[in-house]
Order: sequence, then C-alpha cells, then structure tokens
Amino acid sequence: MQLMKTSAEISRSERWEHFKCRTGAFRDKYLVAPGLYALGEPDENADVLISANYKLSFDALRQELKGLSLWILVLDTKGINVWCAAGKGTFGTDELVRRIGEAGLDEVVRHRRLMVPQLGAVGVNAAEVRRRTGFKVSFGPVRASDIPSYMRAGYKKTSEMSTIRFKMMDRLVLTPMEMNPVLKKYPWFAAGILLLFGLQREGILFSSAWDEGLPFLLLGLAAMVAGAFITPVLLPFIPFRSFSIKGLITGFVMVFLASLVPVITRSQDDALLRAATFLFFPAVSSYIALQFTGSTTYTGMSGVKKELRIGVPLYIGAAAVSLLLLVAFKLGDWGIL
Amino acid sequence: MKYLADVTTLEYDIGKCTGCRRCVEVCPHGVFAMEDKRAAITDRDKCMECGACALNCESGAIAVDSGVGCAAAIITGMLTGSEPTCGCDSNDDSGSCC
Ligand code: SF4
Ligand code: SF4
Repeated sequence: MQLMKTSAEISRSERWEHFKCRTGAFRDKYLVAPGLYALGEPDENADVLISANYKLSFDALRQELKGLSLWILVLDTKGINVWCAAGKGTFGTDELVRRIGEAGLDEVVRHRRLMVPQLGAVGVNAAEVRRRTGFKVSFGPVRASDIPSYMRAGYKKTSEMSTIRFKMMDRLVLTPMEMNPVLKKYPWFAAGILLLFGLQREGILFSSAWDEGLPFLLLGLAAMVAGAFITPVLLPFIPFRSFSIKGLITGFVMVFLASLVPVITRSQDDALLRAATFLFFPAVSSYIALQFTGSTTYTGMSGVKKELRIGVPLYIGAAAVSLLLLVAFKLGDWGIL
Repeated sequence: MKYLADVTTLEYDIGKCTGCRRCVEVCPHGVFAMEDKRAAITDRDKCMECGACALNCESGAIAVDSGVGCAAAIITGMLTGSEPTCGCDSNDDSGSCC
C-alpha cells in the first residue's frame, strides 16, 4: 500500500490552475493520483473521507479541512467531479470497494466508518458497501465547507447541509462551459450569413456580404450571450420554469435591445428581415438555454425530454421559416419578386 | 428553484418503508422527510431524478427512472436510440472541468 501526504494549504500555482480549469483554458486532465492520503497527522481512529480524483474537487475538499487530521481515500473517477462521476457510476460502489481493499483500509483504521460526499449517493449503494467491506457509509454534507460542523455535530446533517444550492455564483462559474461549445459553432453561422448576403445577381460581393451581414453577425452574438450567459446567470429571475421559454424571453429582449443599436437598426427596415430576426435569434437563445439543463443541479431527465419533444419541432420550424423569409427578401432585393 | 411540474418518474410505496432514513440522508432536494417513523414525500416536483434514494433504499420502496439531464445528450440518445450519456467525459474536452 502506498500512502500519500496532503495538506489543507492551496498554493498560488494551484490557484492559477483552478482559474484556467474553470475557464476552459486548461486542456489536460486535471487530476490527482487515486489512493489513500493522510491529511495532517491522522491515527487509527481518524475519520476516512472519500473523494473523486478531479483535482478541483479534491482541492476544494482539503481546503476546508484546516486543522483536522483525517484520511482521504481518493477514487479513480478519471478526473471527473463527484456529481458527474456518480451519475456515470465511476464514483460508485465497485470502485469504492476496490479502493478500500487496495489501500488496506481495515488495517489503517480501527473503526469501520466512511464519510462519502452526499452527491456520491447517486453511485454508491451504502448497504452493498457494508456487506462487501464491513464499512458503514454515512453520506456527509453536500458542501465540503460544512464538513467540520457536520463532524462536530456528531455526523448529523441539518436539512440545509443536505440541500444542494444553485446560487448566482455557482451558475456564473458554469457559463464559460456553456459559451465554449457555441463559440465553436459561431464561425459556421458567420460563414452562412456572409454567403447569403454576399450572394448578389452579379455574383458574390464581399462588400454587400459585410455591410448587410454585419447586423446579423452581431445579432448572432447577442443570441449566444442571451442563451449561454444571461439566462444561466439570471435563471430564477426570468419567468417560467421551462428553460426553453426562459431562453426565448431573454433572446427576444436581447434582439429587441440590440435592434436599438444603429448598426443593427438598419437591418430592421425591411419587414421580412425584421420578422426573420425576431423569429430566429430568440429560438437560438432558447436552444442554447436548454443546454444549460445539463449543468444545473435541479433539472431532471423527464422534464428535459418533455421540453425537447415540444421544442425541437418548433426550433426546426423557426429556422425553416426564417430561411424562407430570407429567401423572399433576397428575391425581392433582386427584383424577381 | 423548481423545474417543470408533474414530470418526475419518482414512485414511492410507503408500505415497504422500514423507516431507515437513508432517502432523507441522500436526497439533495429534501424530497423526503420522516413522518411517524416512515418516509413521506414533501414535494415531488423538486425531484431531479438523480436516483440516489432508489439506489440506497434497501427495502425497494422507491423507484425512479434516473438519467442525465443534458439536452444535447438526450437529443443524441433520441437520434441514435442509445442511452443518453453526459458530456462529463474527460476525453471530450468540453467537459474536462464539468
Ligand atoms: S430509504 Fe426506503 S426504507 Fe429507508 S426510510 Fe426511505 S423509503 Fe423508507
Ligand atoms: S431521485 Fe434524487 S432528487 Fe429525486 S427524490 Fe430521489 S434523491 Fe431526491
């Protein structure tokens, strides 16, 4: 058995890594080696905490344990946090049982107690762990910061400690991960817009592509910001529970506000274009907002399925009608219609 | 914050409950509370179908169709007919820090 040491201190370079990781600038897997860690000077009666090997979670955990001496058993979750890994089963009963055996935990401590983060309960079957290893699992608080008070209270949780929160800050740190994938698709959208507006009877004209396309490129950005940033951050303040409706509302407001900006206003002179704008961009924002259901801590699969069943046909419809309006505008522009 | 009303697949059979309190301990949304030595559902609409309660209820009193709530994953699942999996994979760069 290999025993590793750790401490409650986070170094400056680690803080910088955390920032890069959160913003998606960190390309490599950010993980710690699985196995048993000693924090402080734990003895055979010290508590055993279970953690994932995603370094951001592990660091968040040990940071809260200042002044304590404990064992931390790190499972191999392939660098994924407890919540996601438990859903996938990598933070699960089998892996926990295997790590307990590998670390020789029954020799290291005399008691038979494990403290598993509550969100790990999605993957860990406490009764089965007990049957297979003799260790009794208690699911600790949701947030690592509550661990010291939970321990002081004799391993009792208040309902506050066991409830997951989703505050503005929690949502804010998730937005870069919502922005990244849509930003990757933006060049395709931009290419399509430039092509459509560049297409003239005389051939493809770069000047008209840029002049007429620019308002739409900007509206595209506005819709992305509405769906991937504003909707997540203002989530509880936007009416309706459905994410697609929330996204639609922010998207609509965004397009409306953007239309007041002079560069964009000129694209609104034409009724066909205006209609297409108010149809397409709120729909884009709505679709992007719906993706955020994957990151929230309170949306379930059945609800998302319901939203998709209703939403997807509407999105496709909105895109198709917008395209028709655009074609009608082009034909009018060329004097054909 | 609550998500859509009346969509959760959570089912609870109070007749099978032994009153062990596990469901109260694991649910991150306080869906269960103890009443007269048995678990009772407080507000079904708060359930996010994570499955923690059903997995940890030894007497099989709870059933829930759990799964990931990622729209993208569900769309892919609908198209390919496979079980939706989340973009939480570390090998897919979008989720290396999920
Ligand atoms: S986990 Fe099952 S048996 Fe235990 S209190 Fe909850 S419903 Fe009852
Ligand atoms: S599935 Fe999850 S959210 Fe729903 S009641 Fe069970 S533990 Fe709570």
